[in-house]
Amino acid sequence: MRFGVVIFPGSNCEQDVVHATRYLGYECEYVWHADTDISGFDAIVLPGGFSYGDYIRTGAVARFSPVMAEVMRFAEAGGPVLGVCNGFQILCEAHMLPGAMLRNRGLKFICREVPLRVEKSVCQWVDLPTGTVVRIPINHNEGNYVCSPDTLADMEAKGQVVLRYCEPDGTRAPGGSAPNGSLDDIAGICNERGNVFGLMPHPERMVDPVANGTDGQPFFTSIVKRLADVAG
Amino acid sequence: MARYEIFVTYKKGIFDPPGATAERALANLGYDEVQSVKIGKYVQLEVADGPNALTRVREMCDKLLANPVIEDYRIQSDEKDW
Repeated sequence: MRFGVVIFPGSNCEQDVVHATRYLGYECEYVWHADTDISGFDAIVLPGGFSYGDYIRTGAVARFSPVMAEVMRFAEAGGPVLGVCNGFQILCEAHMLPGAMLRNRGLKFICREVPLRVEKSVCQWVDLPTGTVVRIPINHNEGNYVCSPDTLADMEAKGQVVLRYCEPDGTRAPGGSAPNGSLDDIAGICNERGNVFGLMPHPERMVDPVANGTDGQPFFTSIVKRLADVAG
Repeated sequence: MARYEIFVTYKKGIFDPPGATAERALANLGYDEVQSVKIGKYVQLEVADGPNALTRVREMCDKLLANPVIEDYRIQSDEKDW
């Protein structure tokens, strides 16, 4: 199992992904944003950070990096792609996932551990039982997810809402549980096929127990199990 | 050479966090007449003359300068200096 982590100018969480995946016993190598060959990888991760300084909009410039054309082809062929934080923003800008990101409702950069509820979805990166609550840190200024009501209904119907911000007991507060104002408390979504997954929280930071928790591990082990099953 | 000014704003119905904050701040300053504040982006382009100039500027907006999922834009062409 070989992960590839794309480094855009301004990415800053790529080392966390490398550490997490290697900790779990997988191979992981960096992919430069100008590379145009990702054929040696089983899964691609777009890491967190501030690609291209987040100028214009978060992810707006990174989506045109040479490597992204390859990542799109890889995803269209069913290859698993994970976008964490800035990676999620890039996936939205590239229209590989629906919707877009706004600045956090309170205009504050939020960096803290949050409870998240696993929703029933088609996502290949999550095999946790529906309703499981995991604790994973968020670390962003633009995680206020938004999409049209039609898109939201469509995503719900197709099982594309993967993670929601919630209260510690797994319920959602009447006024919303998203610390960033995200629509319908959405923290992570996938495409129709379930191979492309974007989330604002950082599961790679909750893999090595030294980080005070291991709730991020299933996100990496799930896709590896899934690929092993497919390979039969 | 042609000059274009582009105004990018959030689509109707999209919550604008900086705009809402400015709206509250103006109310706090006593400007009770303010009913709504929207904050957007302003882009200046200088473009070499050529065929389909405006079409290409629109294309630039759709691809990069604005995100059609959440933003609208207005293009203004001005022959005068900025």
